[in-house]
Amino acid sequence: MHMTELDGAALTLRTLPEPMRRLRAIPDASQARTGAPRAEGLAVEVRGVAKAYGKRRVLEAIDLRIAPGEFVAIVGRSGCGKSTLLRLVAALEHADTGEVALDGAALAQHREDVRIMFQDARLLPWKRVVDNIALGLPGPDGQRRAREALAQVGLAERADDWPAVLSGGQRQRVALARALVHRPRLLLLDEPLGALDALTRIEMQQLIESLWRTHGFTALLVTHDVSEAVALADRVVLIEDHGIALDERVALGRPRSRGQAAFAALEDRVLQRVLREPARPDGEVAAPLPGIETWRWAI
Amino acid sequence: MQRGLPWVVPVLTLIGWELASTRGWLSTRVLPEPLAVATAFWSLLRSGELWQHVAVSSMRALAGLAVGGGLGLLLGLLTGSSRVLETLLDTSLQMLRNIPALALIPLVILWFGIDETAKLFLVAVGVFFPIYLNTFHGIRSVDKGLIEMARSYGLSGWALWRHVVLPGALPSVLVGLRFSLGLMWVLLIVAETISAQAGIGYLTMNAREFLQTDVVLVGILLYAALGKLADVLAKALERGWLRWHPGYQVQAA
Repeated sequence: MHMTELDGAALTLRTLPEPMRRLRAIPDASQARTGAPRAEGLAVEVRGVAKAYGKRRVLEAIDLRIAPGEFVAIVGRSGCGKSTLLRLVAALEHADTGEVALDGAALAQHREDVRIMFQDARLLPWKRVVDNIALGLPGPDGQRRAREALAQVGLAERADDWPAVLSGGQRQRVALARALVHRPRLLLLDEPLGALDALTRIEMQQLIESLWRTHGFTALLVTHDVSEAVALADRVVLIEDHGIALDERVALGRPRSRGQAAFAALEDRVLQRVLREPARPDGEVAAPLPGIETWRWAI
Repeated sequence: MQRGLPWVVPVLTLIGWELASTRGWLSTRVLPEPLAVATAFWSLLRSGELWQHVAVSSMRALAGLAVGGGLGLLLGLLTGSSRVLETLLDTSLQMLRNIPALALIPLVILWFGIDETAKLFLVAVGVFFPIYLNTFHGIRSVDKGLIEMARSYGLSGWALWRHVVLPGALPSVLVGLRFSLGLMWVLLIVAETISAQAGIGYLTMNAREFLQTDVVLVGILLYAALGKLADVLAKALERGWLRWHPGYQVQAA
């Protein structure tokens, strides 16, 4: 696994598409071109949040603070509730107790500032790529802004294609452009790279990192890939047994390389911590299945 | 060579038929010779009678489709998007669905007599259910993930409908439309055969009285042609509206 990803990283740097290589070389280029103000990231504060589906407890007494502009990755075994936490912050679910505040205000007051990227791209198949990005954009310059956002993810020439003809990685890049075109102050990423192949995933990680550095939004990434978490995040948070079991600062300079000894050491440490506790026999998988709707959200 | 092959059997059949008729093996009362059918078609076309009947029948079919299909679409949209309306209406509609439209004929004649309203009613009832059911199903099967995404991107109300729900239900609605088009002609044929003062059904029933089997055959072929035309139009609609769908995309050569 590690060897493959290292090889992948070396390969990718050479084979990166031209627009992305430009982006990496001058991270602020797109900002200068569009003249977009650098949006201030939102501060996230999760206070004593608990969530259960029926009798099955998913999260309990979660406290998490994220500073404006910070990049936090949440890792954990599947079914540990990390996606649920993200969905709570996205206001797609409601906490049983506790609350989530953005910049000290309720979630509802910042709906326009928060955008989420799902594991599946969720592009509308009946809209061309550029119209997918312009979805929900008010005003006549929606198309122009959508094309700009598309150029930022290096897909300007695919603007008038149907989503059905794009590859998985391209779809996620469109989904990323769709999220960014709203100039979010908080970007939520729900395992957006989970379904991609190793090479495409590393490309996407670099793209997300460079766009995050350009735009300055706060980022919250849910992933099962510890290496991805260490590569991108300022902090790695582990969720286990319904709570936060580890909150580790990643003190590595950017851009990070998977070849660094410190990178490998940190990744190994987090991974060992994730793996330390064996799956309990009465764990989520073995628990009696709740209704299908509740079960869907839990994964 | 390869392209002509599928036509060998129809052409041979036609030649055999023509031979059997001219040699007297096949009575004109059973089947007229193909040439006579062509001649009858031509003379009806020249006299303008043909167009008149086709126009009358097509208007009936389209009016029935508009009323029945429109209602089916409307009710399907309503029950598909509201749980309350579904509980209220769907069971009743499902019960009514099991009544074959043609079984209503005696009642329809009692209600509306035998004029235009009766025909319109029969066609409307027949096309209602395929469109209703498929619209309902189409709306219910729109990807919940897409709706969730659209909501979190700030869409709600009419915008959510226009951009997500309706386009998502459209493939299913069009399937319903194609079913309806098939049923539309069947019901119209029956309705026109009962009684009519004009239309293709009138043309054929009138010809039957005078043993004009050639004209009867022209009528049958006209129904076939109109049915095919409706199907072609529905397919064109699908290709136009579902261009985004991988199943309808024209393969780049």
